[in-house]
Formats: sequence, structure tokens, C-alpha cells
Amino acid sequence: MKFRLGIDVGGTNTDGVLLDRNMNVVHSLKTPTTGDVETGIYNTINQLVTNAQADVENIEFAMLGTTQCTNAIVERKNLNKVAIIRIGAPAGTAIKPLAGVPDDLKAILGNYTYMVEGGHEFNGDEISSLNEDKIRLIAEEIKGSVDSIAVTSIFSPVSKSHETQTEEILREVLGDDISVSLSSEVGSMGLLERENATILNASIINVAKKTAEGFEKALNTKGIDAKVFFCQNDGTLMSKDYTLKYPILTVACGPTNSLRGASFLSDNKDAIIVDVGGTTTDIGVLTKGFPRQSSIAVELGGVRTNFRMPDIHSIGLGGGTIIHLEDDDQFKIGPDSVGHRIQEEALVFGGSTLTATDVAVALGKVTLGNPENVNHLNRDLLTAIYQRMTEMVEESIDKIKTSADNMPVALVGGGNVLFPDKLKGAAEVYKPENGGVANAIGSAISQISGEIEKIYAISPENREEILNSAKDLAINETVKAGADSENVEIVDIENVPLAYLPGNATRVKIKAAGDLAI
Amino acid sequence: MRLIGKEEIENIAVGAALLGTGGGGDPFVGKMMALQAVEEHGPVKLLDITEIDDEDVIVPSAMMGAPTVLVEKIPSGNEALEAFRSLEKVLNKEIKATMPIEAGGVNSLLPVALAASTGLPIVDGDGMGRAFPELQMVTFYLNGVSTTPMVLADEKGNSTVLNTVDGKWAEKIARSATMVMGGSVMNAIYPMTGKQVKDASIYRTLTLEEKIGRTIQEAKGNKKNPIEEVLQLLDGMTLFSGKVTDIERRTDGGFVRGTATIEGLDYNKGENGYLEFQNENLLLKTDHDVLCMTPDLICVLDTETALPMTTEGLRYGARATVIGIPADEKWRTEKGIEVAGPRYFGYDYDFIPVETLNERQGE
Repeated sequence: MKFRLGIDVGGTNTDGVLLDRNMNVVHSLKTPTTGDVETGIYNTINQLVTNAQADVENIEFAMLGTTQCTNAIVERKNLNKVAIIRIGAPAGTAIKPLAGVPDDLKAILGNYTYMVEGGHEFNGDEISSLNEDKIRLIAEEIKGSVDSIAVTSIFSPVSKSHETQTEEILREVLGDDISVSLSSEVGSMGLLERENATILNASIINVAKKTAEGFEKALNTKGIDAKVFFCQNDGTLMSKDYTLKYPILTVACGPTNSLRGASFLSDNKDAIIVDVGGTTTDIGVLTKGFPRQSSIAVELGGVRTNFRMPDIHSIGLGGGTIIHLEDDDQFKIGPDSVGHRIQEEALVFGGSTLTATDVAVALGKVTLGNPENVNHLNRDLLTAIYQRMTEMVEESIDKIKTSADNMPVALVGGGNVLFPDKLKGAAEVYKPENGGVANAIGSAISQISGEIEKIYAISPENREEILNSAKDLAINETVKAGADSENVEIVDIENVPLAYLPGNATRVKIKAAGDLAI
Repeated sequence: MRLIGKEEIENIAVGAALLGTGGGGDPFVGKMMALQAVEEHGPVKLLDITEIDDEDVIVPSAMMGAPTVLVEKIPSGNEALEAFRSLEKVLNKEIKATMPIEAGGVNSLLPVALAASTGLPIVDGDGMGRAFPELQMVTFYLNGVSTTPMVLADEKGNSTVLNTVDGKWAEKIARSATMVMGGSVMNAIYPMTGKQVKDASIYRTLTLEEKIGRTIQEAKGNKKNPIEEVLQLLDGMTLFSGKVTDIERRTDGGFVRGTATIEGLDYNKGENGYLEFQNENLLLKTDHDVLCMTPDLICVLDTETALPMTTEGLRYGARATVIGIPADEKWRTEKGIEVAGPRYFGYDYDFIPVETLNERQGE
């Protein structure tokens, strides 16, 4: 039997799952995340393989979803010194690179910012030709002082030629050891946000390298020779090479994996997913099996960026949420939580704090711990609390829906048993088996994707022709990335006309995804 | 006269996004440009309209083109300067101050950047009190001020002078030139005497924008409902609350026109709101009633944060509260309605003020 291994490293737990070729769950478990991450990953792999008695040689693929890169940015840990090159002068000089970036981060990145002549117009014409001599001078100047370089050219989503030319020149002078991040690979329209995302990407290259090597080492130690992939936050995979170049795309892959895992377990491609944790409940929407993306610029570590992120609505309600009782049968739910100390602090486990879990146990919704510990509580009050808890989830479901129609709802995460089998707004409520490790399953079942973003002149006559050729480009990208060409499908099409410009210039973004070519 | 610096600019940006009524572009680029210019050259002198000399030459400064181009092709910072220098040559007079042409979005703050880098004062007023899509849709035009001579300048150093027979021609020719010049240019337009500014402007726009920004920020700090605080400040009213469930966009004569469907939540549960826009929000109706129409202001705010949403930023699932604000009286005149009322934009309605429409609602 052939297997695939999925690992999701979260803040508290490292989840692991072993799937067979038909994507059946062979075994799954949770172990505590360790300080060095690698040990936690090793422990998870070790226990999985041992418990499942799986032959390590039969593990074909190993997928890792990790928060390491996000944490590095937020905590400002182990970040690289970055040279920042913006191409587009004379345009672009009215706002300097790193404008609006917090000072502590600026200090870590170093002060290596450059503006160079070049860049493109919205229609692909050059603003000016690329000043290659200046790139050479910059390369000489930064030699030995920075770890990586972020290159951003104006309108590179339309034409990335100046970015790729710049990379070639930098490589001529600096060799292959230095990493070069190109903005056209990271974000979409919006120079400052895309440049910021590219800078953050460049800053976490070494963290990504360490994480990737740690994963490989953990696999090797166990004698596993699998093809390794890393999870992106759009629910698809990247190769190790690509991850080391564009690690920023792993940010927020946790919630995405959870959504994707829930989709798979409940067999729903269009559904609302409710992931009930210990402290919060995260609600997201799946469209064609992929998470809906947030439409607003996202801040990461205090930096405004525009790379894609899943649209997640979080509420402060989880299994460990504290219920505050007040006078006259009044109560307040959270937002504080006992978190991972639930095993010590919740009443049913012999503790002294009334939690959401206790309420569900007392009302017989779940069997957990010692129900006698909650027998003394007033049932009418408990019923009112439970009803309010349920309403909180129902309200969030309603807020995130895109139409009034009832939609399938899948409840996953460790606390999914807390909530009822019927919810307002839900066509059906699923609580899939193995829902507790939905995120690891999400990482194991991930597909490969490809995306294009270009500006086209679209008229009613050529619309179909243009969209079809753009779709083909997106499919080609996907196959290049490692997908099986037989089953690639278009998963997202977005076209927004550019206002105030005659000629129907329209920004088209198309994404395709498919299963791994085996 | 007072000085405005970084803190004022931050607040003005929020107010500008709100008065932009969905259009006018994301003020972020304008804000960052103004901040950099103020950092380099020091704070800007803000002049009350009553402080201007009747004889002085005042010229509004504005970006023209696609906001989506501006966020990618950030200006060089010299375009507006170049436009002003060229226009001074044409007028053969020294320009004494600049001002915003519209209250919306990016154009509220670009003149601040220009003022900082030239040392010119900026006049506390504008020609719309909101944002509108076309060059002739300004109160200056309603008062008979000529749109031209105007100058358009790009970041490469090209500039072009236009002399046109009226504002509509200026609009047509300038838009084509903008396309050729790369989709986003700065212009110096509607040159006026101080007297004309006093007669034709909307007063104290920048101060109002600053107040809006501060109100939203303070409401959050004091745990008050920011939307209610803003409504009180602007004599506005909540028109519809819900979530965006559909957006239909189409390009029409160089503009993005469209309709957003908002499914009612809370007290609007069970009904749909339909928001019609041409870059700016122009009409809000339900299946039975019209709730607000141009030139009155229709603003879409994020229900939780009260931060304004642009028409380009509207997406499926966005939780929105739509508010209405009465337009300045200058727009509610016969000529104002003719230039920017519902019929100009192709809606088959006679203008009724938002407060009247809402009284009917209440009945």
C-alpha cells in the first residue's frame, strides 16, 4: 500500500495524518509543538508510522503546513537583511520603499533601498528602458552586506521582463547563493503592497530554509524518502525549491488546510466550514473546494501587503471559553478562554472554571469528563447559555454567506462536538470523522495550482477568445508546477475593468488547480 | 491660517475615503505622498477661504485617470509641480495657492503633497464636497468658471495645455490624453481668482475630512458606535444595512458602471438593497423604494469598523452599512441637478432630497 503523509504545525499542536492512495485516513494524531519544531515534527511522524505499522518505503508524498514564517515576521525573529530595488523611475519616487513599515522592522531589514529607471505602463509599454548599469552598481554595493534582495517593477503583473532581467544581472555579479525575490511572483496590482509582500518574503528566506530542511531531516531520520511539498495559503502545494524562493505564500495556510480538510471529509466543495478550537471558532467559505479569499489589503506584522489570504471570520468562542455568571441569571460568554489548560480548569475535568465545554456536557450534548461536577447548575440558565453559544455561530454563518440560501455546514476542530446537529442557515450539518485533524488532512490532500494575472483589452467580440487563451495559460502554469494535466480545472476567474480608461482595459486573474501527477 | 502635518493627514485620509462616496480612488497613495512631502519639506499652510485675497490666482490640483493605475504607477512627485509651472507660463501670472477639486479619495491629499513641496498654501475647500466622475461636475463649473486653460503632466516630463470650449470637451480630450500619457496624470485645472473661489467653492472640506477621521478614531477608543458618531457629525442617516451578495460591473464609455446587491440584515432583513454606481455611488434603492440619489452622498461603510469601502473594493460577502448625507445646497439647485442629478447618469428619477425620501420611509 502507498501512503501520503500530512503534517500541520500549529501554535499548540502538531497534527499528523497518514492517508492511503485512495485518500482514506489510515491513522491520525496530535502531538505538542516543540520549541525547535523539528522535534515535534519528528515525534508526529514517528508515532504515526509506528502506530499505523506503515512501511516507510511506501510513503510517496509528504506535505507540511507550518506557521514558522508567519511567526518569524510577527515576532521579528531570524529575519534576513534585505536590499530593496524598485524599478519604474521616474515614476514611483513620490513614495519611498518601506514607507509605513514599522521602525523596528526597518532596523532589522537594513537601509538598502534603491530606485532604478525602468518599469511598464498598464498596457505593457515601457515607462523607460531598464537602467542595467545601475543594477550592476547596486549589486557591487550590496555584495556581502545583505542576505537577500527584493525586486519590484511597476506593472510587473502585466510585464515582468524588467524584474527577470534584473535578477539575471544580480546573479551575474553576486552568484547563485543570494536569494532574489521578484514581486510578480508574490502579489498582485498595487505597487506598495506588492513591494512590501516581496520584502517580507525576502526577509524569511532563511527561516523557510531551516524549516524545510528540518522537515526533510525528520523524514530522513525515519528513513522516509518521499517527495516533499509545502502548503500555500490558497490550499495548494509548492515544491521545496519554490517554497525557498516564495515562503510568504505559506502564511495563514493553517486555516486554509482546515477548510480544505473539512471539505474533503464532508465531501462538500461549496460549504461553510466552522473550525471550533479551544479559544476561537474560525468560519470560512469554500467555493469549488477552495477558501474564499479576503478582498482587502492585509496587514502582516504591521506591514500592509496584498498577497492573497483566506477570508476567515473569527469569534471568541471555543471549547475553553469562560462563561461568566452574573447576578439575576445574567451571563457573559468569553471572550477569554482557559485555552490548552482545559484539562485542568474545566469543571467536568475537576477544575473550578465554568467553560463552554461544561455547558455542553451538563446538557447532555457531549459525554466528556465527569458530568456529576456540573449537576448543581441551573438547567434553565445553562439552556439559555447554550442557545446563545449556538446563536453566535449561526450569526457568523449568516454574516459570511453570499446568499440567503441554506448552505451545507461542516463542523471540524477539537470542539466540533459542542454544537448541535441543526443550525439556522445550514442545509445540513456535518461533523465528519477525523474532523479534529482536518488541518493535517487538508495538507495531505492538497492539489497543485497555477495562476495568471494580466491586463487585456476586452470587447464583447473578443471576450470569449481572450478568456479562453488566458485559461489555457493558467492551466499550463499548473501543469508546469507538477499537476496531472488530465484533471486540471479552473477554480477562480476575476475580471475588473480599469476605470476611467477608454479601450476596455480589463484586469484578468485566473487560477487553475489539479491533483499531483503521480 | 493653520499648519497641517502628519496627524491631520492621517485623519483627512479617512474622511476623504468617506466623502469619496465609493469613488475617488483609495486615498492611501495620496496619504503616503502627502506624508513624504511633509516629512521632507515641513507642514503645510491651510488657508480658510475667507482669508484669500480676491485678486489672487488659485489653481486646484488633481490626479486624473484610473485609480487602479495610480496604485501601481506611483507618481514621481514632480507632475503637479510641472503642471503648475506650465500653467503659470500660459496665464503669465503667479499662482498663490492650490486646493482640492474634489473631497473624495486620493484627490483630497495630492494637493497637500504639492503644497508641501512648493511651499504654496492650500485652500480649505473644494469643488464638490464629495467625489464625482467627470471634470465638469464641480461647483466651479456651476458658477461659470472656465475649466481651461488646463495642463496635464505625466511623470516623464510631458505636459499638455488644453483650451476647450466647455467643461465637457475638456473632459473628453483630457481623458484621451490621459490614456496616451500612461493612464494616470496630474492636472492644474479651473484657474480662478480669489473672488471666484469664494463664490463657487464648498467651504472647509479639509477641516471636515479631518473631523470625520478623528471622530471615527475617537469613537473606537471610547467604545462608541463610530457609524452613529459620523452620522451625527454629517447630518446623515443610515439607509440600509446588510451584506453584499452580488456585484455586476460593466465598462461603459471609459467608466465602470455597475450594481451591487446588498441583502438586508438586522432591521433590513427580508429585503434587498440595490446600489448603482459609476465609480461613485449614485443611487440606492430597494425593491419598492428609492432611498437616496445623486448628488446626495451615498457612502458604504464596513459595518464593524465604519471604514469606508470603495466601489472597486466591494466584494461578495462584505458586511456593509449604507449611509446617506445631504449634498451641499450648491448641488441641489436646478443647474446642480442638471449636471450631476439622477437623469444625467441615466436614471429615470427626479431628484428628491435624501431627508425627504427617508421621511417617506418612516411613514
